[in-house]
Amino acid sequence: MKTLTRPYLVSLLLLLGALLLSVAVGSVFIPPATLFNLLLQGFSGHMPSTGESQSLATILFALRIPRTLLMALTGAALAGSGAAYQGLFRNPLADPYLIGVASGAGLGAVLAMSVRWPYSTLGLMAVPLAAFVGSVVTVFVVYELARVGRIVPTTNLILAGVAVSSFATAATSFLMINTTGELRRALVWILGGSTMSGWQPVLAMLPYVALGLGTLLTMGHALNVLQFGDEQAQQLGLPVPRMRLLIIVAASLTTAAAVSFTGVIGFVGLIIPHLVRLLWSSDYRHLLPLSLISGAAFLLAADVLARSLMAPQEIPVGIITALAGAPFFLWVLRRVKQQHLW
Amino acid sequence: MLEIRSLSVGYGERRVLHNLNLDLPSGQILGVIGPNGAGKSTLIRTLSGILTPQTGQVRVAGRALVQLSHAERARLIAVVPQATHLPPAFTAWETVLMGRTPYLNWLGQTSAHDEEIVRQAMLHTDTLELADRRVGELSGGEQQRLLLARALAQAAPLLLMDEPTAHLDLQYQFSLLDQIRDLVTEGKLAVLIVLHDLNLVARYADQVALLVKGKLRALGTPRQVLTPDLLSQAYHTPLEVLFLGHSGQPFVMPPVK
Repeated sequence: MKTLTRPYLVSLLLLLGALLLSVAVGSVFIPPATLFNLLLQGFSGHMPSTGESQSLATILFALRIPRTLLMALTGAALAGSGAAYQGLFRNPLADPYLIGVASGAGLGAVLAMSVRWPYSTLGLMAVPLAAFVGSVVTVFVVYELARVGRIVPTTNLILAGVAVSSFATAATSFLMINTTGELRRALVWILGGSTMSGWQPVLAMLPYVALGLGTLLTMGHALNVLQFGDEQAQQLGLPVPRMRLLIIVAASLTTAAAVSFTGVIGFVGLIIPHLVRLLWSSDYRHLLPLSLISGAAFLLAADVLARSLMAPQEIPVGIITALAGAPFFLWVLRRVKQQHLW
Repeated sequence: MLEIRSLSVGYGERRVLHNLNLDLPSGQILGVIGPNGAGKSTLIRTLSGILTPQTGQVRVAGRALVQLSHAERARLIAVVPQATHLPPAFTAWETVLMGRTPYLNWLGQTSAHDEEIVRQAMLHTDTLELADRRVGELSGGEQQRLLLARALAQAAPLLLMDEPTAHLDLQYQFSLLDQIRDLVTEGKLAVLIVLHDLNLVARYADQVALLVKGKLRALGTPRQVLTPDLLSQAYHTPLEVLFLGHSGQPFVMPPVK
């Protein structure tokens, strides 16, 4: 098997660059030298206590770094679960929202937005919590609807997912029209972007994303074998129904956590895995980690653009991912003239 | 190697195989023939663990099939399906390496031993020179040989083949079956092969099982089973059998006009 150090090197360097860019850029640009100093001071425990350094340190540690981590985690979550879904369904059009995660989250979020929550920790977390519950319940419903005895046929899963998603989206739209005032807020949430700042969303999301992505990273070999179809995979000794369930649960959990805090960001989950296939590898043992890293880098870059293009206004990042991402992907597609990627 | 007793299999209420009894020892090729819908593919799917028997018992290498885990079963039984819709992005080498799955851990880590087995399997099937090529670029014949190599990489004593010559050019049909014949004679392999072409069965099989509507209509040597009466009845069309060469190999054809 050809060695794949170069892709990992390239993607990790890009991620590092994107991370640095994301913490440096904002309403106040933190130049590299200052940034480096502040980071050193922060990690060694000696935070600046006065003047300009202190306000910069606050911006950095209370806002920029958590925002950066939030976007990096989300990008990794979406691209990683997108790759897993494409492998599971053996379909290049699959994305993390195929079986209802996004529509369920949207419904949950909008339902929560139509209630006036008290200004408390629970109140602030109401919308993300409701979105998460909405996601999980929706995927569960889709799974049960698609199940035939012990087996869950792929086609049934996709059809049930499409049907339930349409239903949930319609219900969401209905709610949005009927709750005056909250329409714009709901729309912005659905288009994707962070409405919460600080460490809370990152820490809340982290365990689910870490668990989900960690699980998916071990499923690379299983996903490779599944490419031959459920029957051949089973004949090769893979416990297929168990593996499929595990992949669905891990990918859905990861996506649900991401969507609950950053809204429905499109394009990343669908396209990043394809980009990795075009450039580097279709082997899921490498496709998954490389998608994760590239997804994080990509979303960070898109978020930087979303924050700076029309500063101080923030464009929902879901708009930027497609607007900037699509031309880039098409350019790569045209350059890498290769067949047999699927 | 393979013992089937009173096997009945069905899909829900519809029963497809009725009370099958069969024995296949090592070093033999069993050809399974019969008209469409006779249950030939169902038999293969049952033996490879896709379907569960409704009644009856199947034993492989002395072990009861239903008591085996997926990995244990895959180490005893390897399937060579028809070469359709293979994932085109994997290389030939990676595809054959999939055959080692029942021996690998969760993460799919392979050792030098695994790679040596893959190499041998590809040598035996004349596919080693294709190793770095993507499967999508290969011809039907090459893909079919790859699937045989993958099954050989499983190092299983029982090989099940479901119409492996279906879409192959004549020369590939013969070379594939010649290779199987050689492998059976060399090693301790038992092969159950479903074939539509009765004359290929006549040429390559040691035993023939004729399945009609899920029942075993006849079991014996090619000369015993490939008779005009049995075949004409099974296939609902008059058929004649000639005997060719000094071995008297049966040759089946419709009556000469």
